[in-house]
Amino acid sequence: MTTHESFWHKAFHLYYDGFRNMTLGRTLWLIIAIKLFVIFLVLKLFFFPDFIGQHAEKGHESDFVAGEICKRGVEKPPVVPQGGQLIP
Amino acid sequence: MNFQTLDLSAIDWARAQFALTAIYHWLFVPLTLGLGLIMSIMETKYYRTGDAFWRKTAQFWQRLFGINFAMGVATGIILEFEFGTNWSNYSWFVGDIFGAPLAIEGIVAFFMESTFIAVMYFGWNKVSRGFHLASTWLTTLGATFSAWWILVANAWMQYPVGATFDPDTVRNEMASFGSFLEVAFSPMAVVKFCHTVSSGWLTGAVVVVGISAWYLLRRREERFARSSMLVGSIFGLVACGAVMLTGDSSGVMVGKAQPMKLAAFEGLYEGSDQAPFTIVGDLKIPGMLTVLATHKLRGFVPGINDILEGGYTLPDSTKALSAEEKMSRGVVALDALTQYRLARSAGRTEKAAVMREKLEANLPYFGYGHILDKKDLVPPVPIVFWAFRVMVGLGSLFCLVFFLLVFLQYKKQLTRWPLLLKVTMWCIPLVYICSQAGWVCAEVGRQPWAIQDLLPVNAAVSALQSPAVRVTFFIFLCVFTLLLIAELRILFKVVRKGPQIEEEDKQNN
Repeated sequence: MTTHESFWHKAFHLYYDGFRNMTLGRTLWLIIAIKLFVIFLVLKLFFFPDFIGQHAEKGHESDFVAGEICKRGVEKPPVVPQGGQLIP
Repeated sequence: MNFQTLDLSAIDWARAQFALTAIYHWLFVPLTLGLGLIMSIMETKYYRTGDAFWRKTAQFWQRLFGINFAMGVATGIILEFEFGTNWSNYSWFVGDIFGAPLAIEGIVAFFMESTFIAVMYFGWNKVSRGFHLASTWLTTLGATFSAWWILVANAWMQYPVGATFDPDTVRNEMASFGSFLEVAFSPMAVVKFCHTVSSGWLTGAVVVVGISAWYLLRRREERFARSSMLVGSIFGLVACGAVMLTGDSSGVMVGKAQPMKLAAFEGLYEGSDQAPFTIVGDLKIPGMLTVLATHKLRGFVPGINDILEGGYTLPDSTKALSAEEKMSRGVVALDALTQYRLARSAGRTEKAAVMREKLEANLPYFGYGHILDKKDLVPPVPIVFWAFRVMVGLGSLFCLVFFLLVFLQYKKQLTRWPLLLKVTMWCIPLVYICSQAGWVCAEVGRQPWAIQDLLPVNAAVSALQSPAVRVTFFIFLCVFTLLLIAELRILFKVVRKGPQIEEEDKQNN
């Protein structure tokens, strides 16, 4: 038990003292924090939506992607006439 | 909407945005890989000798490593955002082939790296010398392990093996642990990893000798600069050998899996049994391309026209299909996928089974169903041709510089050659150009494919409008430029200040 406490105590102080005594590290952490803010709270929220999530019905994502991929083929995909008969 | 009505400029903006992000991210990765190993070697020297000089030397390079790491961290995540928004068809289509390696990279490698990096920076005087050394090596290994999984994902796009396409989910799946191993250890992944990582070592070595040369030219930090120069140049010479060997294996692999890319590297339109290697213009080495691509004195290397026309004999003794044949098979595959899904939803199981069989028979050509003109199968040859020459030319220059540095240090005449020291210094920007040229060769050379033969970029891209992508492109351009300026300012400040080993020693005395 004592060994465990001693380990966690040492681990805590490794980080606590390390962060407290940083010099150049403070600037770097500030840059990292700004970067993470821009990436996750600006870019991800406002500019990078989940395209399939927005355009496909939940549970029908594969239909959406299949449709997108097949529609862009060189020849138009076969048309399904009313009644569900497929053109061979 | 077919691809003719798709906003085509959106494809180019999405490509440009991805290229910008990847290029920016790639500024930091090679130095992390190379400098990590060099600082680990220096700390090992401290561990073995107990000489405080080596500790201070390792700490200085670790400081630069930290700046580079801090600037590069999380920039790769933006690529994943782009997959989900700009390349959503691709993201869905690759299935867990991409997801699994990236998850392993995120969970194992990144956490390993971030755990031990804390001990490396905060642990001096707090943990034993041996544990600290182990943490430094594990930080470097973690970064290298990260690179492995990222390159596994990239290699699959260039050489899609080990996957099974499921027409129900429209995803490529790893059916078993065996297929995971096939993806993780595909020959393309192995050569790509070895070549990329060794080029990172080269970048690290060039940066170390370049900064050391700057100190030597100013007669500052002489012991530090000479010692770093010695470690850096020997390491750089070894890295040069590794880059050449792995580059050779990479060339053979590209010749097998992506012959169009190899032909574009060389601007080779008509193939032959003894294809020449073009240095520049009409300056060619007869038969050399055959030797490099096949490791034989005689062996057919197809040119761009041969690949489009087909009819030549492949290494497995079958005849190469023409582009038109592949395109018509691609149309059949796409049609079979549509018919399969319609039949399945209508409950016509027999028809679905027939269509599935038809799809599987034509699946290797699936992506050709999106190619309108066979000329679209040719990547932008001038860009790839010159990028290849820049990469090889600068790589050769670095080999020469490292050789001269090692030789002159052995002769104890290094400082008598200030011109060489200046060239060494200027190699720092050049190594970045070289590294980016390598990336251009690998990625522009495989166009029009997002996934080789399976999915071209015009099918992989989301149905976006170009203004949306254009806005984020310019946001990235501004953010990345600001971050790069910040990084360079901090780096230059730390280098100008120097390790101050001699000053500290004088004060202590």
